Amino acid sequence: MRVEGSVKTVILGEIIFPIVLLIFGIYHGLMQVLYRAGVIKDMSFLGIEYYQGLTLHGVINVVVFTTMIIVAFGNAVFLYYLKKPLRPAVQWVSFLLMVVGTLMAAWAMFAGKANVLYTFYYPLIAHPAFYIGAALLLVGSVIPLFFDWVPNYIAWRKEHPGEKVPLAVFGMLVNHIMWVIMLVPVVIEVLFQLIPVSLGLIPETNPSLSRTLFWAFGHPVVYFWLLPAYVMLYTILPKIVTGEGKLYSDSAARFAFLLFVLFSFPVGLHHQYTEPGITNSYKLIHAFFTLGVAVPSLITAFTVAASLEYSIKSKYPEVRNSLFYWWTKIPYISLEGDKWLVSYFMAGLLLFLAGGITGIVNASYNLNLVVHNTSFVPGHFHTTVGGLVTLSFLGISLYMVSKLMGKDIRFKGLAVIAPWLWWQGMLIFEYAMSMAGIHGFPRRTNTGISYLNPESPLYRPEWVGYAELTVLAGFIIVLGFVFWAISFFGTILSPKVRESTIEFPTAPALHDEKAPALNRLTPWFVVSVLLFVISYIPAIYDVTKRGVFFDSPGYNDKSPVPITKPQSAKEDQRNTAEAK
Amino acid sequence: MDRAERGAFITAVAFMGFFFALIVYAAKGLNIDVPTCITDVKPFTQGQVIQHAPDRYEIHYLAKMWYFEPADVELPVGSTVDIYLTSGDVIHGFKIDGTNVNLMAIPGTVAYARVKFDKPGVYHIVCHEYCGIGHQNMATKIIVKGGEQQ
Ligand code: HEM
Ligand SMILES: [Cu+2]
Ligand SMILES: [Cu+2]
Repeated sequence: MRVEGSVKTVILGEIIFPIVLLIFGIYHGLMQVLYRAGVIKDMSFLGIEYYQGLTLHGVINVVVFTTMIIVAFGNAVFLYYLKKPLRPAVQWVSFLLMVVGTLMAAWAMFAGKANVLYTFYYPLIAHPAFYIGAALLLVGSVIPLFFDWVPNYIAWRKEHPGEKVPLAVFGMLVNHIMWVIMLVPVVIEVLFQLIPVSLGLIPETNPSLSRTLFWAFGHPVVYFWLLPAYVMLYTILPKIVTGEGKLYSDSAARFAFLLFVLFSFPVGLHHQYTEPGITNSYKLIHAFFTLGVAVPSLITAFTVAASLEYSIKSKYPEVRNSLFYWWTKIPYISLEGDKWLVSYFMAGLLLFLAGGITGIVNASYNLNLVVHNTSFVPGHFHTTVGGLVTLSFLGISLYMVSKLMGKDIRFKGLAVIAPWLWWQGMLIFEYAMSMAGIHGFPRRTNTGISYLNPESPLYRPEWVGYAELTVLAGFIIVLGFVFWAISFFGTILSPKVRESTIEFPTAPALHDEKAPALNRLTPWFVVSVLLFVISYIPAIYDVTKRGVFFDSPGYNDKSPVPITKPQSAKEDQRNTAEAK
Repeated sequence: MDRAERGAFITAVAFMGFFFALIVYAAKGLNIDVPTCITDVKPFTQGQVIQHAPDRYEIHYLAKMWYFEPADVELPVGSTVDIYLTSGDVIHGFKIDGTNVNLMAIPGTVAYARVKFDKPGVYHIVCHEYCGIGHQNMATKIIVKGGEQQ
């Protein structure tokens, strides 16, 4: 379908702008492995401090890049599948809010006024521009849902009574509604706790509460990143793997999305297992739901594998009776047509296998004591968000850009090799970070100055080998990214050869039941919100009434003296607390 | 749902249920639980080591930018230690390598864990939550001395 005008410009902007930033994000990833292994033994490099770079790495890679690509993909999906125009005014407002917000936050981070990492845990406090910018980015990202996607969805359903909405639309719609729900707690945290302290309007606030509100958003958000990748795995991958493949079951896919709706929210306490102030049985309940939310991922694993098997076997009769040999017919590296995209999904899936297993380790309550806040955790999520999610987003970005700009993909060979380099690098990274983590190697630490510095009294030689392995891994991943970037920018800069279109290869379903219960969203979301609220009432009660004795003033990263309240006032408060 | 699908679904649920049962067993049966919520101990403003009996200790750790109080602690092998942890400023982390003690120090709250040191040696403790510019230097240790060394 042809796309012209401002909607095309906006979607392209939503792809190219975050990818330019991603270059900085990836650069800092490489710097981190160098610092951590002690190759760079310094507080800063080229004027950017370690923790400043780490903040940039986290915020750019998992807040800006993911959000904007998801909005771009969502716009394209709604446009193509519903065949209804998007409203240019809505699109521009959304895009500009996201850009302005990102630039504000980026200014604060580059100026060193927001060295708080992407989780911005209170009592560390950043410049207000950081929070306000992040808030604008988030507001911009929900605007298309309310003013483009939902109205078009409703109109489509009116025109197609009794029909199921296309699966990709279903997935992206469900995902963005989840996004709006999960934003509520973090918006409360930012609006009522962090911005007021940061502006000096209130002298102190409750750190445990802010962490609890943050993680009520911070875990669901990983499904917000993941579900668009699942949409691609369900709709695009089975089709392109042979060119005429099918999705094994449409209902199973919809059911998996709806299980995410139910179980994505009552899980955030699994990031707070090691915290005081929250009763253990509430944490255990969240552990239960966290294992529950693994079920839709396992269903997805089954459906994707079954779709691949069905598609391959119907194309190649000679492997019809084989149990495993059909695997060899998957076009892991192929330049034919759209098959280059297969390599992104397959490399991503193979990484996600490792991510799933390590994720279950993290989720496992008492087992988490072994790995919490060690390098095991970044090892895990570089194979999930840094693996399947990033690879499918890089793949789909290249695909959408070539369609929207009417260009052929240039350097296709590099584009096909890129995900496999990424895969290899991330596997090594995951191995090294996990093993080191099990031996206590901390995350979020500039270890090159202290623990990995032979001259330091804190030297821990047992971590050296693993940290060096991550350096090797980092270079392999970056090489993969460079290959991808050559193809991406090469495509953008090449001459236009076709008219601008948007279309997605789409696998029809092999098993396609009606299943009306799976196509009425409201009841699922009502239950979901109830479960979310109920699962958090006891924890919120604990961190506001039972487990926390007093509020805390804000600090910046450079000094042990609070910035929002004179030290003496703090002592006074302690004394009154003691007198009581 | 066809047969293969139903099989996959049941297997997935059964595995997760089994994992959860193991977690509960480890927590309740083996007493390997996550840190408790202490509501009756008020956050302290000084770190200290308190000895209750020859092999019973209580340590109050105060985490501050960018050190732990008390600093290095020496204990006899076989000691059982109640560890209380709080923060005097921002969020800090606290992990004793080689044990299951892994805590967060959050201002306004007190974290608690019990640990028994059966083997002599140096137990390193690192702050594993970013706490500002000096975070990478925030570490301490517990030195457990064996009978023959004393
Ligand atoms: C060249 C590729 C990359 C390398 C070498 C790399 C390396 C690292 C390292 C070593 C850390 C841990 C730093 C520390 O804890 O002190 C880290 C953290 C992180 N990385 Fe990456 N990374 C890469 C790409 C990515 C990508 C593509 C994403 C996501 C889309 C990502 C997301 C994150 C996040 C969210 C953190 C956590 C930041 C924090 O703890 O505050 N990284 N990365
Ligand atoms: Cu999580
Ligand atoms: Cu620290």
